[in-house]
Amino acid sequence: MIDWGWIASNLDDIWEATLQHLFHSVLAVGIGLVVSFALSLVALRWKAAYGPITWVTGVLYTIPSIALFTFLVPVFGLTSIWTAQVALVSYTLLILVRNIVAGIRSVPDHVVEASRGMGMTEARIFREVQLPLALPAIIAGVRVAAVTTIGLVTLTVIVGQGGYGLFILRGIGRRFLTEALVGTVGAVLMAVVVDRALVALERAATPWARRRAA
Amino acid sequence: MIRLEEVTKVFPGADRPAVSSLSLHIPEGEFVTLVGPSGCGKTTTLKMINRIIEPTSGRIEVGGRDVMSMEPHLLRRSIGYVIQQVGLLPHRTVEENIATVPRLLGWDRDRIERRVAEMSELVGLGADLLERYPAELSGGQQQRVGVARALAADPPVLLMDEPFGAVDPIVREHLQQEFKDLWRRLGKTVVFVTHDIDEAVRMGTRVAILNVGGVLEQYDRPEEILANPANDFVSRFLGEERGLRRLALMPVSSAGLDRGPVVEITATPEEARAVMDAHGSDWLGLLDGGRLLGWVPAAEVGTSPLADLEPREFLVILRPEDSLRRALDAVVTSRTRVAVVVGEQGYLGMLDIDRVAEEITE
Repeated sequence: MIDWGWIASNLDDIWEATLQHLFHSVLAVGIGLVVSFALSLVALRWKAAYGPITWVTGVLYTIPSIALFTFLVPVFGLTSIWTAQVALVSYTLLILVRNIVAGIRSVPDHVVEASRGMGMTEARIFREVQLPLALPAIIAGVRVAAVTTIGLVTLTVIVGQGGYGLFILRGIGRRFLTEALVGTVGAVLMAVVVDRALVALERAATPWARRRAA
Repeated sequence: MIRLEEVTKVFPGADRPAVSSLSLHIPEGEFVTLVGPSGCGKTTTLKMINRIIEPTSGRIEVGGRDVMSMEPHLLRRSIGYVIQQVGLLPHRTVEENIATVPRLLGWDRDRIERRVAEMSELVGLGADLLERYPAELSGGQQQRVGVARALAADPPVLLMDEPFGAVDPIVREHLQQEFKDLWRRLGKTVVFVTHDIDEAVRMGTRVAILNVGGVLEQYDRPEEILANPANDFVSRFLGEERGLRRLALMPVSSAGLDRGPVVEITATPEEARAVMDAHGSDWLGLLDGGRLLGWVPAAEVGTSPLADLEPREFLVILRPEDSLRRALDAVVTSRTRVAVVVGEQGYLGMLDIDRVAEEITE
C-alpha cells in the first residue's frame, strides 16, 4: 500500500520540506511570542487594556485560516512569506497573551510584596521573580501555539510556501497515498517531537517545581 | 530611631482614613508591638515606614532621614521586612533567598557566603537546608529563613507583619521565644504588628494599642498598660484576663517566697509536726541538705525518723525565671495548693494563692 521506494528516492526532498516546515513554524511562534509579550506588558501595565487585547486576538483566532490567507494575498502578494507568517502569527496571539498574563498574575502577591520589601526595583521583580515563576504557564502556551502552528503550516502551501503541505496537496491531487501520508505523518511527528522538546525545556528551566513534586 | 509625625493615610475611594494623624516615636533598640482590632491600621502603619504604602500626609523618619526623600528601593534595603506569608522566592534556594539583600547591595561572593552561613546559624537552620527550595521546608523553617533574609544585610530596623501568625501554636511559641532572645542579642529596633494582645505584651518592650481608623489609644510599657489602661477601649481590648496577662509578664523571683511547711529530713517527727501546725498545713515538705525531696501527708508523719518516709514528688517545680502565671497554674492544680520554686542552689521557697494575688493587687 505504501510505496517505500518513492520515499527512499525522495529522501532529500522530504528532508528539505522538513526544514522548511520547521522554519515556518519556529519563525511564526517566535514572532508570535515577541508580539504577545509586548501585548502582555501593555495588558499588565494597564488592566483596562486586557479586555480589548483578548477581544481582538480572539477575533483573529476565530477567522478560518483559508479565509485569512485570502484576505492577506492582496496585501503581501500570493507567494510572499509574509502572507503566511502574518496569518500564522495571528493564531498564536490569543493563547500566548492569555498564558503570559495568567502566568505573571499567578505569582503570589506576598512573593512580589516581599521582593519589593527587600528593595528590588519593579523591573528586577519582573525579570527575576515574576517571569521565572510564570515560565510553566508561558511554556504551556508555547506548546499549544507550536502544535497548532505546525498543523497550520501544512496549509501555507496554498500561498506558495513549502513544507509538508506540498506533499499532501500533490498526493491528493495525484491520488498518490504515499506522498499525502508522508506530509501528514511528518507534520504529526514534528508536532509531537516539538511538544516533547518544550516539556523537557520546561523541566530544565524550572528545577524548583520538579523538586517539590519529588 | 523611627518617628511618625501626624501621619495620615486615606486609601483611594475610602470614606474614612485608615490611619489618622498618628504620631509615634520609636527609640533605638526598642521592640514595639502595634496591636489592635482589624481595621485599626496597624499593618498600614507598618507598611508606610518602608513605603510599601505611601502616606497621604505627615512625616516619617527612619534614623533621622525623611523616608519620602529616599528612593523606595534603596530605603527598603536598609530595613528588614518579614511578613506573615513569609514571601520567600519559590524558585530560589534557601541560600539564595537569604542572600537577596546582600546581592542587591553588590556584596562580593565570599562575603555573601560567610554572611549566609552566619545567618542560618543565628536562626537555627541546619546547613543541610541551604540547598533546598522553600516548598521543601516546614512552615516554621520557612519563617526562620524569612527572619534570616531580613537580617542578612544587618539593617538597624526590622519591620514584622504578623510574622508568626501562619504557624501552629506550638511552633509559634517557640519562634516567639527564639526571636525575643535573638532581639536581645542583636539590639535591633523592631516594629512588630500583631492582632494578638498576648503576643503584643509578651514580645514588646513597648506596646502601641490602635483603635479603628488608626487612632493611638495608648503607647507604653506592657506592664504599665496592663496595670493602668488609659481608657475603656484599652481595658476592653485587653479583655477579661488582664490580671492573668500581667502575671504572665512577672517572674516568680519578683514575688516574695515563703519557706512553707518544710523541714530537713534530719529533723525529729516532733519538730516536723510543730512546723506543720505553725503553717496550718496537712502536708510536709522534705529537704535533704537544701535539696527538695518531695512531700508527705501529715498522717504519715508518726514516730519513726523522717528519713524512713517515702516522699511524693511535686508535679510542678518552678524556676525563679518562670512567670507568676505558671505559678498560679501550679497552685490551682497541685494537691498541696502551693507552687514550689527551686533554683540552682536548691529549694528557694513556695508561693500560695494569697502571695500571687498580692502581686497583682499591689
